[in-house]
Amino acid sequence: MMEIMEGSHAVAEAVKQCRPEVIAAYPITPQTHIVEALADMVADCSLDCEYITVESEFSALSACLGASAAGSRVYSATTSQGLALMFEVCYNVAGMRLPIVMSIVNRSLGAPLSIWNDQQDSISLRDSGWLQYYAEDNQEATDLHYIAYKVAEDHNILLPAFVCFDGFILSHTYEPVDMITQEQADRYLPAFKPYQKLDCRDPISFGMYATPDYYLEFRYEIDQAMKRSAAVFEKAGKEFFEMFGRDYRSPVEEYRLDDADTAIVAMGSICGTVKDAIDEMRDAGKKVGLLKIRTFRPFPSAEVKSALSGVSRVAVLDKNISLGAKGAVALEIKDALYGSQVPVLDYIIALGGRDVRRKDIREVVSNAEAGIGDLFYGLRTEVL
Amino acid sequence: MAGQTCDLFDCGHRACGGCGAALVSRLILDAAGEDTIVVSSTGCMEVFSTPYPETAWKVPWIHSLFENNSAVASGIVAALKKQGRKEKVIAIGGDGATFDIGMICISGAFERGHDFTYICYDNEAYMNTGIQRSGATPYDASTTTSPAGKCATGNPLPKKDMPKILAAHGAPYVATATIAYPADIRKKVKKALDTPGPCYIQIHAPCCTGWGFEAEKTMEIGKLAVETGLWVNYEMEQGEVTKVKKVVRKPVEEYLKTQKRFRHLFRPVRNDTEIAKIQAIADRNAEKYGIDIKLKKD
Repeated sequence: MMEIMEGSHAVAEAVKQCRPEVIAAYPITPQTHIVEALADMVADCSLDCEYITVESEFSALSACLGASAAGSRVYSATTSQGLALMFEVCYNVAGMRLPIVMSIVNRSLGAPLSIWNDQQDSISLRDSGWLQYYAEDNQEATDLHYIAYKVAEDHNILLPAFVCFDGFILSHTYEPVDMITQEQADRYLPAFKPYQKLDCRDPISFGMYATPDYYLEFRYEIDQAMKRSAAVFEKAGKEFFEMFGRDYRSPVEEYRLDDADTAIVAMGSICGTVKDAIDEMRDAGKKVGLLKIRTFRPFPSAEVKSALSGVSRVAVLDKNISLGAKGAVALEIKDALYGSQVPVLDYIIALGGRDVRRKDIREVVSNAEAGIGDLFYGLRTEVL
Repeated sequence: MAGQTCDLFDCGHRACGGCGAALVSRLILDAAGEDTIVVSSTGCMEVFSTPYPETAWKVPWIHSLFENNSAVASGIVAALKKQGRKEKVIAIGGDGATFDIGMICISGAFERGHDFTYICYDNEAYMNTGIQRSGATPYDASTTTSPAGKCATGNPLPKKDMPKILAAHGAPYVATATIAYPADIRKKVKKALDTPGPCYIQIHAPCCTGWGFEAEKTMEIGKLAVETGLWVNYEMEQGEVTKVKKVVRKPVEEYLKTQKRFRHLFRPVRNDTEIAKIQAIADRNAEKYGIDIKLKKD
């Protein structure tokens, strides 16, 4: 049923429909509306769940780790500094192959302190072994939660997942969202079946240390599961499409890319602005298209290569920066296109919530056409 | 006893001979039984008991990180509650994990009142990394980061009063114990597990490697700590001390002399000033907890 909903509330509703047995979360802007909405549901008995009000994000994910190991479906949400505080636990959860799903309401990292949006937080955990899915709008942010649980909990995968969506731009914005019903959610996502759990009837040890004789193989197996998850994502997307008509089967989404000279590559809410700008540029006779990255981990290199092989240039919009190198998305695109002659130009954009409008996208494309790139877009040189 | 304890904490672990912490593992499981889930912090006990693919734990066991065992335990307790399961949950950490790096997680878990028992095996320094000072290291003990030297007499700071801090959180049951009295440990573990809410037991666990004594002296040194008043065995219920182990006190140097970590107080010259300060710590303990047995005078 289509409803006008705040992004956070739509996500909270989807989380509720996924029937988590344990939620542990710590408040941080702009994640709060999700965990407040879930707390209301618990208080009103519309969500039957143990809700732990922990004393830090570090403990939030640690509690989720324990609950997941004990055999429950669990949920948490965080952003920015909170995710940074979870860093150690994130690696641990992935290494222990616990299928925890966590919403990341993307926000910049300090210093300087900023509560506004970019994607530096989740990008900083790109090597941790968590699946990373990015949403363009509130509908996608909502739907990706059901899909994330399905992929994460698959016994051939058993990896945790971030569902990332832009802070404020999506989380605090009201948009029409078509919510599925609880009955439909139950049909799509059956009850959690742990692969193994802490159980006195079948005692096993979790989280043992590995000597150099074993460590490499553990990491290899995580990487293999990460790669296998691409097919499981496609399958989960197909089931979702067949049941609800919304299509998330592909790890990338192409928009007017077929005959494009310039391809823009982006992730998250900025894609909406890019699509509008592309429509305007197309009307003006410019052949511009978009390749939206939906799954950043695993990174869909083959799909990227195939989608971008015919273009004259690629302009990557990176809402993050690997300081001293480039934006993380651009690095991946360059890797995917290695050996081709297509130039890849990187634009570090919208950091710390700097607004991006259609005219900015047009300017990026003009820059790319002139071969000007690998820069911070929109720098206010007067304050440097 | 060996047959029983080997059932749940297996004999084939890799602890040093004479390890106090290994005795703690055995005694805890002996008391708790098989319907127990154990959460271990990173540290000696974790390392000597679980080199992949071998484990000494015959109950469900989990290790995540150094500082988060009580947060992990919170999640386990919540999951068990939701699933309607009745297993007991024990979190075990060394003194570094408990007094220092895990403090925020323990405080949070105790404040929230989860039903679990936290057991600290207190060997009074970071032993797994090579005997560095922790908040549990006693005054004047020489460690690798608080060494005795020409202008230092070892650790310059007193031991943190962790049981009192957790009692102040509203913990219904807090106790101290030492491996020198195994029956007492079993009794206290059972009591903690039978008490709803977060309970804390701090167990004095002599470390032959870190403290510098021969492996066969572990029990004797544990006993001497109590007999000199430098370690007090007591129970606190609802924040009040309800039971104290009373002793006929011996001078502290009888304990200090047995361990290399205090050798600088006696060699090359005896340091009467520092020994007197440590005696004063024992005297304050004796007064505070009333541990002295008054001998009748003829």
